Amino acid sequence: MDLVTPGFGLIFWTTLVFLILVFLLTKFAWKPILSAVKTREAAIEDALKSAERAREELKNLQSDNEKIMREAREERDAMLKEARAMKDKTIAEAKDAASAEANKIMESAKEQIENEKLAAITELKNQVASLSIEMAEKVLRAELKDQKAQTEMVERLVDDVKLN
Amino acid sequence: MHKKSVLLALTVAFLGFGSAAFGNESEGEQNTASHDETVQQETHEHEEHADHAHGEAEAHGEEHAAHDAHGEHGEEKFNVNEMIMHHIADSHSFHILDYTDDAGEEHAVSVPLPVILWTDNGLVTFMSSAFHHDETGHHVAEVDGQRFINVHGKIYYASEEQNAHGGWYESHDGHPANAKPVDISITKNVFTMLLVAVLLLLIFGSTARYYKKNGAVAPKGLASFMEPLVVFVRDDIAKENIGGKHYARFVPFLLTIFFFIWLNNLLGLIPFFPGSANVTGNIAVTMVLAIFAFLVTNLNGKKDYWLHVFWMPGVPYAVRPLLAIVEFVGLFTKPFALMLRLFANITAGHILVLSLISLIFMLSIGWSALAVPLTLFISVLELLVAALQAYIFTLLTALFIGAAVEEHHH
Repeated sequence: MDLVTPGFGLIFWTTLVFLILVFLLTKFAWKPILSAVKTREAAIEDALKSAERAREELKNLQSDNEKIMREAREERDAMLKEARAMKDKTIAEAKDAASAEANKIMESAKEQIENEKLAAITELKNQVASLSIEMAEKVLRAELKDQKAQTEMVERLVDDVKLN
Repeated sequence: MHKKSVLLALTVAFLGFGSAAFGNESEGEQNTASHDETVQQETHEHEEHADHAHGEAEAHGEEHAAHDAHGEHGEEKFNVNEMIMHHIADSHSFHILDYTDDAGEEHAVSVPLPVILWTDNGLVTFMSSAFHHDETGHHVAEVDGQRFINVHGKIYYASEEQNAHGGWYESHDGHPANAKPVDISITKNVFTMLLVAVLLLLIFGSTARYYKKNGAVAPKGLASFMEPLVVFVRDDIAKENIGGKHYARFVPFLLTIFFFIWLNNLLGLIPFFPGSANVTGNIAVTMVLAIFAFLVTNLNGKKDYWLHVFWMPGVPYAVRPLLAIVEFVGLFTKPFALMLRLFANITAGHILVLSLISLIFMLSIGWSALAVPLTLFISVLELLVAALQAYIFTLLTALFIGAAVEEHHH
């Protein structure tokens, strides 16, 4: 039964050695080792996190860049479109203005021509009238040179009046 | 996930070592039974040679009746039980070898260790060589006017007169009835334990110094080997079973217990000085470790823990007192099982290796063809057991602590 009878000496020494060992190892080994491991783990975690953050930032930056590029492109397109529209508008306006002006000129030209024409016609009429009178005077003078012709004439006129 | 792995580990442990422990139990009984026989047989032999041996013992200072018991009779019969029991028991010296000189006298070579006794007259210290390798009470060591004898590794006050067998003690069925001083000698086990303590301090001290010198960098050399083990104990034993809130407090204790047991187990596997001591296979050592586990567990018990022990919530009131008795007994059976498991497994390992080697001496040298490979196999297995038992002891301690500090939410 010696095998399962604990001896006092060994109990004493085991207790003593174990207690001292726990104390010394805790103070000089476990604490420094565990704290170093912990520090390093924290550092690694930090490094990983910051790497992740940097990657995220880079990604953001890239997407920002893309956004800016896209916006710039859109802006350029818009500006081009606007310019084109403005150009078209300007041209159309110019065209309109030109045609309006042309019309106006035409109109006034026509008017002037009409006026000129009217004036010419009037003058022509007047001339024709005076010519006609002159001719009629000359004809009348020629016809009414003898008495007899004058009398016949008067009679014919009187007849005309009776007939009416 | 981790509960599963713990269960798996426990199953393996119980399957593998339950059988080993069981085997050991029966073997142990056998051993005890035949040990008594051995003792009686020895006594008989002492009786026989008492007359002439005694005279010689006094005449030759260097002679040792114990070892001569068989040798002097010429026919040396190898006693396996005696050898094995002697090897797994504690001893006051590191026995290395016996040899027979030209004159046919047997001598023992051993490393003496200090004997420290608290006697009726105060503290007495001397080297175990004062007993001249005697473990049968035939040689009296006289120190400071006090006389001591060593009988089977235990130290007694020597009687004034020799008994019929030549020993300086009063014999009761072969066992001395003499008074014993309080023996706090540096025995083989204590020596090994101190060696382990020094080794642990050196190994982990230098690991710690590495970090002190280099800061919290990636480990190299010794540190790179030790750190994963430390982190394993911290994460997979302590954190897993105690829980994130309380575990940090217990890590140093668990680390110490793990490496102390492991290194002691390993040193026990070295078959010669300074190894070979059966430290963790000694019930006193495992008892002290189990008591520490018990104290750490129960001194840190939270309100919930004691509630679960003495007034289990969620059970009918009629059953609660019954459960309280069961749980209360459980408080003690848990560390008791810790004590027995480690003791039985390590002792069984030593017995197995010694038995296999003994085959060669019992039968013939030819059996070494079988015994050596088998011993090699068992030794390698024991390397695994050494780590596994340290792991299981630490794991279960962590589990018990975990149960004690756990806060339930009802």
